[in-house]
Amino acid sequence: MKSNNLQAIYIMWLREMKRFLRSKSRVVGSLMVPFFFLLFMGLGFKSGFNLPGMPQEANYIDFLVPGIIGMTILFTSTFAGISVLWDREFGFLKEIMVAPVRRSAVVLGRIAGGITTSLIQGILILIISLFMGFQIISFFGLVLAFLFMFLISVGFIGFGIAIASKMKDIHGFSLIMQFIIFPIFILSGAFFPVTNLPSWLRLFSYIDPLTYGADGLRASLISFSQFPIFLDLISLFIFGFLMVILGTYLFAKMEV
Amino acid sequence: MPDIEIKNLIKDFNGLRAVNNISFEVKEGEIFGLLGPNGAGKTTTIKILATLLKPTKGEAKVCGFDILKQKDEVRNSIGIVFQEPALDNRLTGRENLDFHARLYGLSKEIRQRRMKEVLNLVGLEDKADVLVINYSGGMQRRLEIARGLMHYPKVLFLDEPTLGLDPQTRHHIWDYILKLNQKERITIILTTHYMEEADYLCQRVGIIDFGKIAALDTPQNLKNILGGDVISIEAVPQKAAFEIFKKLPWVKRIKQYSNFINLNVERGENKIPLLMKIDPKEEAFKVKTVNLRKPTLEDVFLHFTGKTIRETEASQSEKNKIRR
Repeated sequence: MKSNNLQAIYIMWLREMKRFLRSKSRVVGSLMVPFFFLLFMGLGFKSGFNLPGMPQEANYIDFLVPGIIGMTILFTSTFAGISVLWDREFGFLKEIMVAPVRRSAVVLGRIAGGITTSLIQGILILIISLFMGFQIISFFGLVLAFLFMFLISVGFIGFGIAIASKMKDIHGFSLIMQFIIFPIFILSGAFFPVTNLPSWLRLFSYIDPLTYGADGLRASLISFSQFPIFLDLISLFIFGFLMVILGTYLFAKMEV
Repeated sequence: MPDIEIKNLIKDFNGLRAVNNISFEVKEGEIFGLLGPNGAGKTTTIKILATLLKPTKGEAKVCGFDILKQKDEVRNSIGIVFQEPALDNRLTGRENLDFHARLYGLSKEIRQRRMKEVLNLVGLEDKADVLVINYSGGMQRRLEIARGLMHYPKVLFLDEPTLGLDPQTRHHIWDYILKLNQKERITIILTTHYMEEADYLCQRVGIIDFGKIAALDTPQNLKNILGGDVISIEAVPQKAAFEIFKKLPWVKRIKQYSNFINLNVERGENKIPLLMKIDPKEEAFKVKTVNLRKPTLEDVFLHFTGKTIRETEASQSEKNKIRR
């Protein structure tokens, strides 16, 4: 029975990889938005332009890149989690639900698949940004950045699965995107330091897990951050842990 | 030991009773059919047996395993083909089978060998590496049947296996079902609202209506209950005709539905001339059409539920409309 569950994790991951590699349009589509943000915001706010709260020597693009990577991970991961809904819509979920494997194994497999695809896309954005003049400070910083991407991804896949397990069909999807995911992105300080926000709004930023993700990525990649890096790591770790538990719990309770 | 044992099974959805205290058994190696209109509780029963839904009350065993206490054992012993497609259409046929085989923990050699066998059984060897999105409806259904068989289940559930397929494809699927029942010695439980399907495939049929089993026997025995022949008459005004026919001594049973009056008689060919002797002028009704046939499961359904399956479905879709 145990090997069954390991196989289940592996095959859920493999399925995600195959689907990912076959849907070129999905990959290109999900990279276009962050790419345009980088291109137009990066070029629009020319070098030398400084927001209050930014280090003097940094260009705006240096500030922007970690935020955009965080955004890419946010969107691809949440989508990977919410894709449970698509499986439900196209009936495939039933095939998974009647199999003699633990539901937690199914969730873990989906998380593994989602992390892989999200990280690939995050790394692609990082590579693109290198061509636009972005510079990574150190190899250690790069490794740390991967850790942050990983943690952001785990949390938001769990979050996506939890939401999908509670939704009846795909019609609520755009609402979720507009009223939950987009605010999470905007409030995270991907575009500007959150310290510039009025204090009542800043409060929302502080409960937004992506704030710590973007800050951690910035700390790793350009060595500039608003919070201690330790706080970023701990917050994301707790968020990821809670979301995986919640996602697994709700998915296990789901009836098809 | 029977492969399926159901005792006093009840399932409620928000106060609506979908399955109302049903009990039956399915023997090893049998093709058993649940025949009934949409919304009769067939799919709910199947889902409960497949551990996808919990019963409100009652108990059920599949291959001797309790559906509540031994879920994994039940899941390992059954294969299931759902009413709506449940394939990943971005994967190829072979990949769908491989996915399934791994979920059920088959080793590599068994996976490979079994894949060949089931693909051969449903005649999809040459399409195995095509993405499922390019399959026709019939091919998808065949692939699902093949997938349901991958892990050597003892029992296979087919929920409306030919729903939405054209008549020719339907007959092909029927042949596959018969073939695998014989070749694999597998117990098959299917649901259907097609009379011909139940008649052609099933060794025993349970007629289900409003969540209750109205009758359960072999198709032949069910038809023998009615016995003899059915004479179906269209007459106006129907009421007057019904009153007259009711009094005929050679009519064993009489039922009316929509525009027809059905008479159960022995040796129907001899009775039609007797019918013609009734003087319509005197009795004030007019016969428009007369039809003589052997009883079908449709007649059996009518006999036990007082309605034809089509009428039941029509009235239910009316109800749904009002509810919306």
